[in-house]
Amino acid sequence: MRRLLSGNEAVAHGAWEAGVTVASAYPGTPSTEIMEHLARFPGVYAEWAPNEKVALDVAIGAAYAGRRALASMKHVGLNVAADAFFYAAMTGAEAGLVVISADDPSMHSSQNEQDNRQFAKFARVPCLEPADSQEAKDLTVAAFDLSERFDTPVLLRLTTRLCHTSTLVELGEVGASHLYPLGHDSVQKPPRINTQWAAPKFPRNPTKYVMIPANARRRHPVIEQRILELAEFAETYEHNHIEMRAASLGIITAGVAYQYAREVFPHASTLKLGLVYPLPRRMIADFAARVERLIVLEELDPFIEEQVRLMGIKMYQPNEMNCYPNTKTIFPLIGELDPASVRAAGIKAGLFSPPPPPSLQDTSPISGVRNGGGGEGALPGRPPVLCAGCPHRSTLYILHKIGLPINGDIGCYTLGVIPPLSAQDTCGCMGASIGTAHGASVAGDSERHFAVLGDSTLFHTGIPALLNVAYNMSNVITIIMDNRITGMTGHQENPGTGRTLQQKETVQIELEPLVRALGIQRVTTVDALDVESIEKTLKAWLKEEGPAVLITRHACTLLPEERKEWLPLMVIEEKCNGCTICFRIGCPAILKSDKMDAKYNRPLAEIDPQMCTGCEICAQICPRDAILFREQMRALEEAEA
Amino acid sequence: MTKKNYNFLLVGVGGQGTLLASDILAELGVRLGYDVKKAEVHGMSQRGGSVTSYVRWGGQVFSPIIGKGEVDILVAFEKLEALRYLDQLRPGGIVLVNDQAIEPITVKAGDVKYPDDALVRSTLTGAAGAVHWVDGQEIAESIGNPKTANVAILGGLSALLDTPENEWLETVRAHVPEKHIAINEKAFLAGREAVK
Repeated sequence: MRRLLSGNEAVAHGAWEAGVTVASAYPGTPSTEIMEHLARFPGVYAEWAPNEKVALDVAIGAAYAGRRALASMKHVGLNVAADAFFYAAMTGAEAGLVVISADDPSMHSSQNEQDNRQFAKFARVPCLEPADSQEAKDLTVAAFDLSERFDTPVLLRLTTRLCHTSTLVELGEVGASHLYPLGHDSVQKPPRINTQWAAPKFPRNPTKYVMIPANARRRHPVIEQRILELAEFAETYEHNHIEMRAASLGIITAGVAYQYAREVFPHASTLKLGLVYPLPRRMIADFAARVERLIVLEELDPFIEEQVRLMGIKMYQPNEMNCYPNTKTIFPLIGELDPASVRAAGIKAGLFSPPPPPSLQDTSPISGVRNGGGGEGALPGRPPVLCAGCPHRSTLYILHKIGLPINGDIGCYTLGVIPPLSAQDTCGCMGASIGTAHGASVAGDSERHFAVLGDSTLFHTGIPALLNVAYNMSNVITIIMDNRITGMTGHQENPGTGRTLQQKETVQIELEPLVRALGIQRVTTVDALDVESIEKTLKAWLKEEGPAVLITRHACTLLPEERKEWLPLMVIEEKCNGCTICFRIGCPAILKSDKMDAKYNRPLAEIDPQMCTGCEICAQICPRDAILFREQMRALEEAEA
Repeated sequence: MTKKNYNFLLVGVGGQGTLLASDILAELGVRLGYDVKKAEVHGMSQRGGSVTSYVRWGGQVFSPIIGKGEVDILVAFEKLEALRYLDQLRPGGIVLVNDQAIEPITVKAGDVKYPDDALVRSTLTGAAGAVHWVDGQEIAESIGNPKTANVAILGGLSALLDTPENEWLETVRAHVPEKHIAINEKAFLAGREAVK
């Protein structure tokens, strides 16, 4: 049965087919759906962990206990999980362990674009890179086999254009015919549980698993030897293969870049690598000998290219290219590839003879960011903004008014940087807000610093940072914007929601006691939609010394229970004089009316009933009481009824 | 008879049903015997940003995304997005544009103006081989359910392709809840009629 599956769905199918029984992850675009699908297969334990490092420790523990396990994350998640990644590389495990890294070239939704194949080389771990959804499934299965054969974790490296592209997949007989709903209680087992480890005993093997220096010194040569053996294995690995076409051009490629190679250079011969680390040196040399010109086509880092050069294999290199420290020749180092940019680079490098007609010689790349405005001539930008009714809006508006530095974090509130809210001065990675605020504070910055982050982010890496504020005594005022869900990635459960990924009821961590336990006693919780409370509390604290935490709490307006409460508000035209204060909160439900205020000749405000949820933030800040509150709207409806 | 290959680019604003439409278009391609790839970026739908989806029908499709100047048919669910992605169209390519304007925050809360209609029309006409207009909202409202606008637009697209109507209808049926099948079929057929 062939079906269109996204790369993420296909990975989940592959993991199930391979007999994975434990999967742990933290949400992160473009990886999130892998777990959301996998959690619905029968016989799989799948959890959201507070962060990727914990998730990987969990997967490692399961693999130590003799069960095939995986941890899944976006590329920056591997930065968080790196500590675990490296010791797992040293120890190996008792069953297959796969680490999935979903990279994001062109940072469609990330703070950077990094090529996580580098992690494989760094940690001496093999890396598989699928080129479409079929391979995403097949290489997931292969990853577990590889992991057990060589007693090594395996890095399965995906990119956005693999994760969120749907291609045809042959599911085969073991393919699950349907997914169960979350929280099901089916007892059907995955098709391929390791029967020889039916009831494994947890290993008592400290030489292998306890990495004190004496043991670690014994393991390092083992992992170096392991990579040599993997390199030998790569020479005949079924997922590396040469496709000979015309001998005039040979392209070494992998992953989605393979698709661009086939699209733009249809007649070229290709050496398609499924295993991108370690590389098959003899296969590459053999391929090089069979073609006239040899190039490497890959996205982001010259990961393969540098290694091929190190092997001493001659590659085609147009003269003006190759200037250290940028060692990538021909194709762009920055951003994702696409057929037009690959073709343009190929033309510039003289790879086409004769060159294609002028109409195809377009050098500008596609996407980049088309939402920011300004990039495409005079067209108004359409940046993503906080939803109408978002409970973060009130806090960000107040912070903007106060005017002190706002250290931001990763989450929906990051969108607070966009005008007119313009309420964010730093944002680097998960949990960084509190640390950077503290850093500026102890450096003696003349201004008092705010830090903002969400509930899920606090659990992720905010806790140690907050502990640091208390323990090392700075003046930071932290605002935890608790919208009762992990929002930006599409509503996932977290330790504050009281439910697990697989919909089991569980402990619900309360933030105020947590903050107090971390050593900060000046903590209070307010309704996030209560503008006055937020402003009063923050202004009072600004007059006092010492750290403080404000928890602004209100469920994300898109949650099912919240949607039921939506009640669009209305502007009373006679009272509105077009002062524009309500526009300054940047709510997409507030429009400029066609009607003008007679005295000041300014457009009045108007509320779009299709978008407004009735959060009342605008009504609260309107200086002329020109916006009806929910109670008044209800009264109006009743009067009209 | 060899089938014609198509590179579709669907663009719209979050909430308009652009991605559902691209799901249907992709599945239709599979039904018709094509190799199909559909590529999108998730996350902007809820937050009012641009939504884009590449759908490719071919004999053997390699690249999941379409390079600039290689889009055959631009299906724009909203006018500003039609302008924004117009440069992706190949010379002589076709635009199907839904006659709807959704103001972005930069217009609503800022100083920039939404391009006026005459400019939109002339820009589209100047850059494309053919421009077809459809009023998805109006059609959806006329058949009784404003939420079916995206399916009405697909109906309009079907009129521009040499593809069997029944295959379209079967694919639409498979992608909407059972109780909404009848109304969506109506929307599809009305859109198809409007563009023919």
